[in-house]
Amino acid sequence: MNKALETGNCDVAVVGAGPTGLAAATYLKNKGVQNVLVLDREAEAGGIPRHCGHPPFGLLEYKRIMSGPAYARALTRTALDAGVDIALKTSVTGLEPDGRLTLATPDGSGTLTARRVLLATGARETPRAARFVPGQRKLGITTTGALQSMVHLKEMIPFKSPVIVGSERVSFSALFTCRMAGVNPVAMVEEGAKPSVWRPFCHLGRLAGAPLFIQSEILDISGDGDRVESIRIRDARGWEHKIPCDGIIFTGQFTPDSALARMAGFKLDPNTGAPVTDKTGRCSDPAYFAAGNLLPPTNMSMNCWRQGRKIAKQILKDLNAG
Amino acid sequence: MCYHLVMNTQKNTQTPADTPSTACLADVDVAVIGGGVVGCAVARRMSLEGASVVLIEKAADILDGASKGNSAILHTGFDAPPDSLEHQCVRRGYEEYLTICKKMNLPVRPTGAMVTAWTQEEEDRFEAILAKGKKNGIEDLRLLSRKEILDREPAMAGHVRAAILVPGESIVDPWSAPLAYLKQSVMNGGQALFNARVIGGEFDGKRWTLETVRGQVKAGLVINAAGLYGDRVEADVRGSSFFTIKPRKGQFVVFDKAASKLLSSIVLPVPTARTKGIVLFPTIFGNLVVGPTAEEQESRSNASVDRAILKELQAQAIAKIPGLKDMPVTTTYAGIRPATEESPYRVAHDPDQNWITLGGIRSTGLTGALGIARHTAELARECGLSFTALESPKTPTMPNLAQDLPRDFNTPGYEEIVCHCEMVTQREIQAAMEGELPAGSLSGLKRRTRATMGRCQGFYCSARLAELTRNQFASPLGMEIKGGDHE
Repeated sequence: MNKALETGNCDVAVVGAGPTGLAAATYLKNKGVQNVLVLDREAEAGGIPRHCGHPPFGLLEYKRIMSGPAYARALTRTALDAGVDIALKTSVTGLEPDGRLTLATPDGSGTLTARRVLLATGARETPRAARFVPGQRKLGITTTGALQSMVHLKEMIPFKSPVIVGSERVSFSALFTCRMAGVNPVAMVEEGAKPSVWRPFCHLGRLAGAPLFIQSEILDISGDGDRVESIRIRDARGWEHKIPCDGIIFTGQFTPDSALARMAGFKLDPNTGAPVTDKTGRCSDPAYFAAGNLLPPTNMSMNCWRQGRKIAKQILKDLNAG
Repeated sequence: MCYHLVMNTQKNTQTPADTPSTACLADVDVAVIGGGVVGCAVARRMSLEGASVVLIEKAADILDGASKGNSAILHTGFDAPPDSLEHQCVRRGYEEYLTICKKMNLPVRPTGAMVTAWTQEEEDRFEAILAKGKKNGIEDLRLLSRKEILDREPAMAGHVRAAILVPGESIVDPWSAPLAYLKQSVMNGGQALFNARVIGGEFDGKRWTLETVRGQVKAGLVINAAGLYGDRVEADVRGSSFFTIKPRKGQFVVFDKAASKLLSSIVLPVPTARTKGIVLFPTIFGNLVVGPTAEEQESRSNASVDRAILKELQAQAIAKIPGLKDMPVTTTYAGIRPATEESPYRVAHDPDQNWITLGGIRSTGLTGALGIARHTAELARECGLSFTALESPKTPTMPNLAQDLPRDFNTPGYEEIVCHCEMVTQREIQAAMEGELPAGSLSGLKRRTRATMGRCQGFYCSARLAELTRNQFASPLGMEIKGGDHE
């Protein structure tokens, strides 16, 4: 077991071993902070880039173009080389005052008290149900994150001819993942009345053989068996389309993964659901800081990495101040 | 890059043949049609009474119909029609649940319920509710003033006028309980047949031969607990049905676990003649739920949700508990209740034909099931069947899924957490796919473990779950991609 976990104390605990958390931990360790421990509930460090198959990653950090998994490994290696401790399969189950974390690991439950804690738990896509999308609950309805981790980590696919909902950057990432895994999206559906900023990229969808329905509304999702069989939409002109499919990917609408902060009663922004922080990144509980995609808007890994280092600098100042 | 799709060979696939097989799948004292909460409780009771039992379910797992989407409340029966069979079954079911739950490790949280009045008209009906409760033998009902309500539930909106406190109302795990009932039946010699829709049958004057899509079942007594398809089973096997199912859909909105801090008791509205109305309730899993609606529909299987109605439910919840305004929604669902053209339970027995019908059991089914099962055993005796009750029956111990009791992850050695939102371990998922009644479908696995039922709805765990359930289910979460120069 990890030394900090054994003693139950460390200088800085970082929750989440994605680009933000690893960058912050590496920075702090390089600046001479003694015990820096990154906690991650997954069996592998690296965060979301682990299952983003496509480049570009690493331009700012490593001055070269890398795939997501290669970038995740590089960040992890850099952190370990700097002397950062990484505790995997370690779930933080609660945030308590004075930097006290409750933990669950396969070896047992426990607590860890850190002088400062950085929350770097990132963001995830809003699933179908929380969007109040009408229709039946069927197998084959997923998010980009779930699709990409299935394809890139397990070499599995959840469907063969899905509809992609959304026209954010990540929607095209979902399209790309489908194409490389031999999955043929049958349509892209942009929800809502506002045109997306990513409209210039729409021809990508058409090139891939998936017609795009802009400013549409989802009217129904149905299927007679366990699996989804069709989606019915109304397009911008008011025309209805029933599109046969065996899956639906709800992409984007990123929401901060602030469950721990919420359960702990930290002050949250009612609009975004993210922890409220001051300009140094400090949460309403002074022992805790937040950085990266836990604070909207959701950004590329490079920006998370940069922000991780920025908030780490503030944490260092705070530690030195006492 | 080049990929080839390879479909899995599925070990659980039991494709119903077009022409029914004549293979005899079971030859027993009692056949129970339907694996909902009522069927499971009846199978258990008849096994305990010493009968040989088979439960026949058309889906790949239990709880695939009305029993998959309810409010998970253990009712006292304070508001049941006095002197009705429903009231009797709810009372007996309530008592038996509290007697057996500890041994089976089934959770129960006595949250209490408050029938809340928000208008003078609603308050005017309190007297009748209190009188009915008293008539139903519930002695501990009492009135709460606005101040008393707010002392109990500080997050409730201040314009609440008064409430009737029903201390005995409780919340339970609606899926582990029926599973435990059927498990007990199976542990004591019972059988369960899945993917076995009943399509006909014949009574030879002594015994039944039921035709299912998988083969025949011979039984001395048949109990129809087919829920949403109860009238169809009556018609298909006996030629006609004395009742007609009028499916009634109820939609629900589930709030994030953080919302559970805002409410500790069940909040019931003043009921109308037709329905108990929209309820706000905590779940044993740590969420807060609002619902159900009551919508008549033709379909017995289409449990679809509707954007406008979900928004309306959310708004109603916020009106009663303003703090819910800032709470994310975890999920939404709909359940379909097997209402009929009449409100009472449609229970009948035909001693000449050794047939018992348990029809039209709606929202009180979860509580009433154990009582209905006892009543059914009495009806079985009236049908001339005699059994000797088991002296020391085996009892299953269920894995706990309740939030405030120790979960599997609290015991070391669990390998890894698969579903982080609901803290479901790999060990739990593997256990749910083994044993007497392994999960027959992904939904069955979810109900047994809670995997993917949390905030992220599978964003993080779908991949691992697809891997762990590879080749397990007829409708898989994931299929293999094979070949290629994949990294």
